[in-house]
Amino acid sequence: MSNITPSQTVGPYFKYGLTPGNDYAWNDAFGNDLVTADVSGERIRIVGQVFDGDGRVIPDSMLEIWQADAQGRFADPQDTRAMPNAAFKGFGRCGADAKGGFEFRTIKPGPVPGPGGKPQAPHILLAVFARGMTQQAITRIYFGDEAANAADPILALVPAERRATLVAQREPGDVVTYRFDIHLQGDRETVFFDV
Amino acid sequence: MTLIYPRESNAAHAPRLSPAYKSTVLRSPTKPLVIIPHTLSELTGPVYGHETVRDNDSDLTIQHKGEPLGERIIVHGHVRDEGGRGVPNTLLEVWQANACGRYIHVVDQHPAPLDPNFTGAGRAQTDAEGYYRFITIKPGAYPWGNHPNAWRPAHIHFSVFGYSFVSRIVTQMYFPGDPLFAYDPIFNSVTDEKARMRMVSSFDLENTKPDWALCYRFDIVLRGRNATPLDND
Repeated sequence: MSNITPSQTVGPYFKYGLTPGNDYAWNDAFGNDLVTADVSGERIRIVGQVFDGDGRVIPDSMLEIWQADAQGRFADPQDTRAMPNAAFKGFGRCGADAKGGFEFRTIKPGPVPGPGGKPQAPHILLAVFARGMTQQAITRIYFGDEAANAADPILALVPAERRATLVAQREPGDVVTYRFDIHLQGDRETVFFDV
Repeated sequence: MTLIYPRESNAAHAPRLSPAYKSTVLRSPTKPLVIIPHTLSELTGPVYGHETVRDNDSDLTIQHKGEPLGERIIVHGHVRDEGGRGVPNTLLEVWQANACGRYIHVVDQHPAPLDPNFTGAGRAQTDAEGYYRFITIKPGAYPWGNHPNAWRPAHIHFSVFGYSFVSRIVTQMYFPGDPLFAYDPIFNSVTDEKARMRMVSSFDLENTKPDWALCYRFDIVLRGRNATPLDND
């Protein structure tokens, strides 16, 4: 077995350390608005709620996202196509509200290279943390109005009847908004990945 | 450069369903996780520089007008990958209860005093060798509702990033010899004893500062080893 340090739950009291907002004498290192002045691409909102196995909302959960820019580049030197000085970081964090709700403001990512150099459909990685979760659960947000989903090599690995749980759907309104609800269990259980 | 992340390393983690820790019952996925190859999305991760960590963020005892009550301690160590290499410039975030075992969080209402001079949150960044250091107060044990007379052993929550989205972990650091270990379903959710003991810091007399603070060492090992070029290098 490996020698890595095991994960432990974030527990119920992470808010003042990780997502304090204006409620505690501490500052946020990360927020839910990823949009920077210089960034190109379509501005979008992603909203959703987190539910447990009884269909109850999970107010003490935390979501983190990681995504490429509109050209499909990650702000990480390990992606050698990255723009070293770009302000867009591609990382966001949001603590759920009393209704288990979350919101991210970001830009729609571009296609990213996948296995064998074939492009992946635009997607955002999402990690869910909560009391009662011994480690984060990792999933992906795809976009319902994206034709490239049909050829995406990762979606193809997901049983067809469960793929819809990974696809955010456009909501009506002027601001481009996608809804992505997360069900940890149940008939609509979100697909989580073993990475 | 990127690292290879063997999937087997995840065996060190607790099962997602750990029934003795009751809140896992309705919050753990029941369907099999879908195995996917690691693509550029999984192999990259956020990079944050010194601008994220302010001066004194790593000293939890100087964030208010006065000094917090309790036993002042130094907590330090290295963040390394599975190959033993230090992980440089990576962000650590910590949060913890005060010396009385009370969290400043509004939901914690157990009858122990808050300390006006202690928030219990901190940040640090590892140096070029993967080394980090915090100064804080030893947290107290506290009761919780999981089962009758349930008490959490004293611990400090750690959030660590590493090189990629899949190396990221949130964990808890414990103190050596805590009598509550045997009774804590969160600590024991990690079923492998050796893995479990890697969450326990060691007392560090060599770096204990005379007349000032005891020192504990907590080394963190993140997933990832065998640096290799990526396809697009």
